[in-house]
Amino acid sequence: MAAEHPVATPAGDQTRIHNIGYRAYDGPRLGRSYATRSLYSQSLRGAYGLGRSVKSKVLPMLLFVVMCVPALIMVAVAVATKANDLPVDYTRYAIIMQSVICLYVASQAPQSVSRDLRFKTVPLYFSRPIETADYVRAKYAALASAMFILTAAPLLVLYVGALLAKLDFTDQTKGFAQGLVSVALLSLLFAGIGLVIAAVTPRRGFGIAAVIAVFTISYGAVTTLQAIADTQGSTSAIPWMGLFSPVTLIDGVQSAFLGATPSLPGGHGPSDGQGVVYVLVVLGLIAASYGLMMRRYKKVGL
Amino acid sequence: MARVTSVEDVTVIATESLSKRFPRVTALDRLSVDVGPGVTGLVGANGAGKSTLIKILLGLSPATEGRAEVLGLDVATKGGAIRERVGYMPEHDCLPPDVSATEFVVHMARMSGLPPTAARERTADTLRHVGLYEERYRPIGGYSTGMKQRVKLAQALVHDPQLVFLDEPTNGLDPVGRDEMLALIRRIHTDFGISVLVTSHLLGELERTCDHVVVVDGGKLLRSSSTTDFTQTTTTLAIEVTDTDEHPDGTRAVREALHARGVSVEAGSGLPGAGHILLLTAQGEETYDVVRDVVADLGLGLVRMEQRRHHISEVFKDDQEAEEQQRKEAVGHGS
Repeated sequence: MAAEHPVATPAGDQTRIHNIGYRAYDGPRLGRSYATRSLYSQSLRGAYGLGRSVKSKVLPMLLFVVMCVPALIMVAVAVATKANDLPVDYTRYAIIMQSVICLYVASQAPQSVSRDLRFKTVPLYFSRPIETADYVRAKYAALASAMFILTAAPLLVLYVGALLAKLDFTDQTKGFAQGLVSVALLSLLFAGIGLVIAAVTPRRGFGIAAVIAVFTISYGAVTTLQAIADTQGSTSAIPWMGLFSPVTLIDGVQSAFLGATPSLPGGHGPSDGQGVVYVLVVLGLIAASYGLMMRRYKKVGL
Repeated sequence: MARVTSVEDVTVIATESLSKRFPRVTALDRLSVDVGPGVTGLVGANGAGKSTLIKILLGLSPATEGRAEVLGLDVATKGGAIRERVGYMPEHDCLPPDVSATEFVVHMARMSGLPPTAARERTADTLRHVGLYEERYRPIGGYSTGMKQRVKLAQALVHDPQLVFLDEPTNGLDPVGRDEMLALIRRIHTDFGISVLVTSHLLGELERTCDHVVVVDGGKLLRSSSTTDFTQTTTTLAIEVTDTDEHPDGTRAVREALHARGVSVEAGSGLPGAGHILLLTAQGEETYDVVRDVVADLGLGLVRMEQRRHHISEVFKDDQEAEEQQRKEAVGHGS
């Protein structure tokens, strides 16, 4: 089938024109799981602007640098001052940098899904071997991975720096591992919430604003209420309030199980029982995000 | 050795009392139709159920009742396998403006299961075949409608499917772009060996392109037959002649002379150059000779003598639908 049909040319003619014609494809077709993986890698690269215009690389790359620079400074300080511990816990780092992480989700979640909706590329995906679930899983996994890269990279900087500063190895490794578990959960939770919000609107601007609003308003409201509760002495209510904002949820989970110091006012971390509730809520939210996206894309279809 | 080809072998699409009902409307109503290889036109007004049919055939939307097979695969159970072998070009815009045609088509090729290297090679080939050259490296946002349609077509062909669904591919194109697109569609079958199901709400443009036309209306099958059946039952000849000093009205002279020879002639009203064009029904080869002799005897110049195929829409004048339309038009003209 792939035969070439050279156009008849006079003998001795230097230029030979080849009319290649249409060539059929009889190579392998790798099917649904390969297509899903392709979508995953394309979306993951896209989350850092790779394979897209220079303009779209600026923000994610900038945020990545902003995430890592404080870690570098901390390491430099720790090495220079020969401190016996890092200035910040591994688990605490993401909480401090939450606004950067929030900006990243807000900018990249709509980039990942709103564009497909807005330019109506979604029907093209579904006219191919992949199913709705494959699309949702690929997009979710891609953004969660991108966020994990964003949040774990500074932890790696801290860890390598800590080892260079000859801090206690077991201590640091344990802290690093706990930090990784925490940011993994955070990535899944934030990516899920961000994608659900972004998948509702084909307008990228709305998506960005809505994601920022959900994260900052809920965090602001929860911490304000907690502060009020703290001054009024109703400390038992403080941990329960933390269930209503993504950032405080992660904070609660890691305070209960990952050896983190709670960032709640007055250091009122959740008890073990409450910690279980926190974990359940986080897992529930992740599952709900997935479910909602599935519902959304079942409707979009063609 | 002669090979007996069974009906199943040559059926690309087969539906059997296929129905799709939504809470308020019936999009498809017991549609039974067989489509063979080649270029098939699916004609119907907007909302006739064309897009719904394509969705069902791609295995994306379950039929309310009845069954359908594409390339011998059941749409209800083998959707994934069908979509691997079938290409789809949607009616609406579907291209992200900020990536180049090459990047986009490579990505869509991989989404169809092509390995990375093959995806790139096939993309380069396919874009060339649809007529996109240097511009394929520029972002799609800057393309003309015609170029965008070509990219949409390329993404439907890049994985070398056995069948493509083209949903209103000529929408939004100017007359030249329309002709180019139709020629390209023809080539998809003749040169690429890919069967085509192309939808349109315009009968006229499909008769030139398709081997077979399926007409649906209100989700029901109105007619399914080959284009030759539609248009070649009789041949109409269009004749145009010059005037001379001897015959100041050459057209009239020819009409009278032909009449004398027993050939009925009507004036080609409604055509460009109306009044100068005569239409007559060719009974066979001899009619051409008669015309030639008549024109020569009168000493006139023959400007044109061409076969005019019937338009599919004329064939449908028998149908109730068309009759109604005619009546409406007649009323419209009368008032």
